[in-house]
Amino acid sequence: MTLTPAERMKIPRKNMKEQPPEIRVKNFKEVPYGYTEDEAVEEATRCIGCKVPQCVSGCPVEIDIPKFIQQIADRDFDAAIETVKKTNLLPAVCGRVCPQETQCEIKCILGKKHTPVAIGNLERFIADYERKKKEIAIPKIKAKTGHKVAVVGAGPAGLTVAGDLTKMGHSVTVFEALHRLGGVLMYGIPEFRLPKEILESEATFLEKLGVEFKVNSVIGMQYSLDELFEEGYETIFLGTGAGLPYFMNIPGENLNGVYSANEYLTRSNLMGAYDFPNNDTPIASSKNVAVVGGGNVAMDSARTAKRLGAENVYIVYRRSEEEMPARKAEIHHAKEEGIQFNILMNPTRLIGDDSSWVTKMECLKMELGEPDNSGRRRPVPIKGSEFQIDVDCAVIAIGNGPNPLVPHNTPDLETNKWGNITADSETQKTSKEGVFAGGDIVLGAATVILAMGEGRRAARAMDEYLKTKKW
Amino acid sequence: MNKILTRNQLSENVVKLTIEAPVIAKKRKAGQFIILRTHKKRSERIPLTIADADALKGTITLVFQVVGKSTAELAAFQVGDSINDLVGPLGKATHIENFGNVVCIGGGIGIAPMHPIAQALKGAGNNVTSILGARTKGLLVMEEEVNKASDKVIIVTDDGSYGEQGFVTNALEKIINDGQKVDVVVAIGPAIMMKMVCKVTEPHKIKTVVSLNTIMVDGTGMCGCCRVSVDGTTQFVCVDGPEFDGHKVDFDGMMKRQSTYVDLEKQSYDIYKSHGCGNRCTCK
Ligand SMILES: Cc1cc2nc3c(=O)[nH]c(=O)nc-3n(C[C@H](O)[C@H](O)[C@H](O)COP(=O)(O)OP(=O)(O)OC[C@H]3O[C@@H](n4cnc5c(N)ncnc54)[C@H](O)[C@@H]3O)c2cc1C
Ligand SMILES: Cc1cc2nc3c(=O)[nH]c(=O)nc-3n(C[C@H](O)[C@H](O)[C@H](O)COP(=O)(O)OP(=O)(O)OC[C@H]3O[C@@H](n4cnc5c(N)ncnc54)[C@H](O)[C@@H]3O)c2cc1C
Ligand code: SF4
Ligand code: SF4
Ligand code: FES
Repeated sequence: MTLTPAERMKIPRKNMKEQPPEIRVKNFKEVPYGYTEDEAVEEATRCIGCKVPQCVSGCPVEIDIPKFIQQIADRDFDAAIETVKKTNLLPAVCGRVCPQETQCEIKCILGKKHTPVAIGNLERFIADYERKKKEIAIPKIKAKTGHKVAVVGAGPAGLTVAGDLTKMGHSVTVFEALHRLGGVLMYGIPEFRLPKEILESEATFLEKLGVEFKVNSVIGMQYSLDELFEEGYETIFLGTGAGLPYFMNIPGENLNGVYSANEYLTRSNLMGAYDFPNNDTPIASSKNVAVVGGGNVAMDSARTAKRLGAENVYIVYRRSEEEMPARKAEIHHAKEEGIQFNILMNPTRLIGDDSSWVTKMECLKMELGEPDNSGRRRPVPIKGSEFQIDVDCAVIAIGNGPNPLVPHNTPDLETNKWGNITADSETQKTSKEGVFAGGDIVLGAATVILAMGEGRRAARAMDEYLKTKKW
Repeated sequence: MNKILTRNQLSENVVKLTIEAPVIAKKRKAGQFIILRTHKKRSERIPLTIADADALKGTITLVFQVVGKSTAELAAFQVGDSINDLVGPLGKATHIENFGNVVCIGGGIGIAPMHPIAQALKGAGNNVTSILGARTKGLLVMEEEVNKASDKVIIVTDDGSYGEQGFVTNALEKIINDGQKVDVVVAIGPAIMMKMVCKVTEPHKIKTVVSLNTIMVDGTGMCGCCRVSVDGTTQFVCVDGPEFDGHKVDFDGMMKRQSTYVDLEKQSYDIYKSHGCGNRCTCK
């Protein structure tokens, strides 16, 4: 049965079934169950296969979206995953965490009159299909070139470079500071949004490709970049991320029970503190938790706090909900889970008790003024509007800066005034010969898919450099 | 995996291990530390100072006191066992130069991290006086090693069972009051000891370096758990330290943060002790 475009457009968008909110706040399992094969095929049928597909231009790695969706509609799942993987190494991750509503899906023609095709959900479906088959196809690798490459940081940028260069026949070693791979995908984004099993399977895949991983290796401390060159690595990729947590510099920020989002999430995700004392790393078990910020990091922290048993969890954000940079799906999930949104509020200080544990957060109400440089209306404090909320835990999720370890220990590496490594936007070349950089360390805190896009560009330029040795 | 090559019990609660770690052994400098996890699945990351290293043999030495579950597990390791994760060297190295006369103070387990610094300072030509303090004679460790690294050693115990009776601050005051010239003091030990040492040196404007032992997770500047207020600004001990100008450190704030997880850590240690697998708990 073939449908006309008009008929296709009328099919309602298929939502994924999810764990009900009252159940899922008591566990760390993934929230959506994902599509069944029939559901995926039905959703895929909605795509009208545009001749000039706008969706593709919205995807930073330009996945051939109409093609893979058509292949799903035709139930040719093996072909569909092949199409996706041509340009995206981590579809199971991107399908789950990309801000589709501002990238591929916002451009989908169906969105003009109806709702856009659920591109992210379909991408996730097809990646999960492959992983569940347990026989992930190992792509052909070119003959060994004998060139040695070092990649610093095993986040999405570094993993992309490692995968691409290995496929081109180079020998790649990845140095990662932590004891597990994945970067923010491992220590930052919680299990209920991105199951760690996916990362494990990706890492196994890369190992099978021939990538060598060295965890517990802090570059800048264990080896300098020049020492890596002396060890025989001919070129280096820096994908060290934006891991430096910002604080607000308000009184009381060093009280007990006050965490950076990085610490809160790292304790819970990387170290498994949600299962203390079965896991050794502790985390505060709190009743009233205030999370400051409005991005994905804030949503992840708030929803983690809820799952750790908090009764009241607040998001404290100084602009309005419209300006929140978090994915719409996560804001929606957070609300369903009973997270309370305190918008147009800004913390001014934290107050503690005798044992130095935080007990109150003082905030100032805000109103929206004129648009600022980012085009968003600037929040302006309302004089004398201070008020206090009872908290026994506060999580600061106002952003991260570039990880300074490598730049500090590499004087000849140029950085901008915020400390980001400067890299050419075409080739990802830095100011130091042989050294490339990409991902959050260059862009500032950005997204998974942009980090991977930079990794892909860098890999191409590094391959070129290995062949020509021209800088 | 890093294999344990030797194990010595220095006192009832203090253990010294030499561990295979060739890259760290070559690279480390005085004042730096490592972070380790004992077991694969559930272990926490704990920081320990590199007390000594042998670049030729490719080994590092750790000296630690059993205070909770992770250090107890580490103490239960025997020669031939391996530590699951070991990362380092971390932290900034001690600034070493010929200052002239330096006094190195080590209190309790702080003697272990103090030792490589004394060694390096002596190597740079300083006249090194070391003050070692312990609650009682049985708890004093590494006397011999410190002897080799110093021109003079003064020992004090709280109960007078060895050396002079008193605190390290008494011995330091005596040196200063005797009119001996002191250019720099290095003090490592419990936070309260470092705070008191700074109180002694501050009026005399003697530069005092302390090494802070805040709670840590990653040790790479990513989490901010180790933050401490120094001169009114927030510093991360793992990457900006561990050494700071003692006169600028907010010790009271630091001590409070150190106590964040006391109850939970006690719970964890009690469960560990009650498992009854003796001192060789491998329950995962
Ligand atoms: C909580 C949270 C939620 C997020 N949610 C989303 C989302 O929903 N969607 C989205 O698109 N983006 C999201 N992001 C942003 C996204 O995760 C990042 O943009 C992306 O991970 C950047 O990738 P990267 O490879 O540049 O760096 P990272 O992922 O930060 O990885 C860098 C790696 O380098 C390692 N490293 C650092 N220094 C050294 C060194 N000296 N030696 C060796 N290794 C080193 C680090 O340990 C780390 O593993 C989120 C971020 C956070 C923190
Ligand atoms: C840079 C650095 C270097 C260190 N070097 C050494 C060393 O060479 N030898 C050594 O014995 N210890 C050292 N420490 C302290 C050591 O890390 C802790 O004793 C260890 O983490 C305790 O783990 P645990 O699970 O056995 O005890 P826990 O159960 O974690 O703690 C038991 C008790 O010790 C306290 N405590 C926990 N962590 C610390 C800490 N970091 N500092 C002070 N008290 C703490 C707790 O509040 C609790 O009361 C160092 C710490 C730092 C930050
Ligand atoms: S990678 Fe991200 S932007 Fe590209 S199609 Fe997939 S979900 Fe959309
Ligand atoms: S824009 Fe929408 S309908 Fe058109 S090809 Fe892309 S996903 Fe399909
Ligand atoms: S231990 Fe995490 S920043 Fe220092």
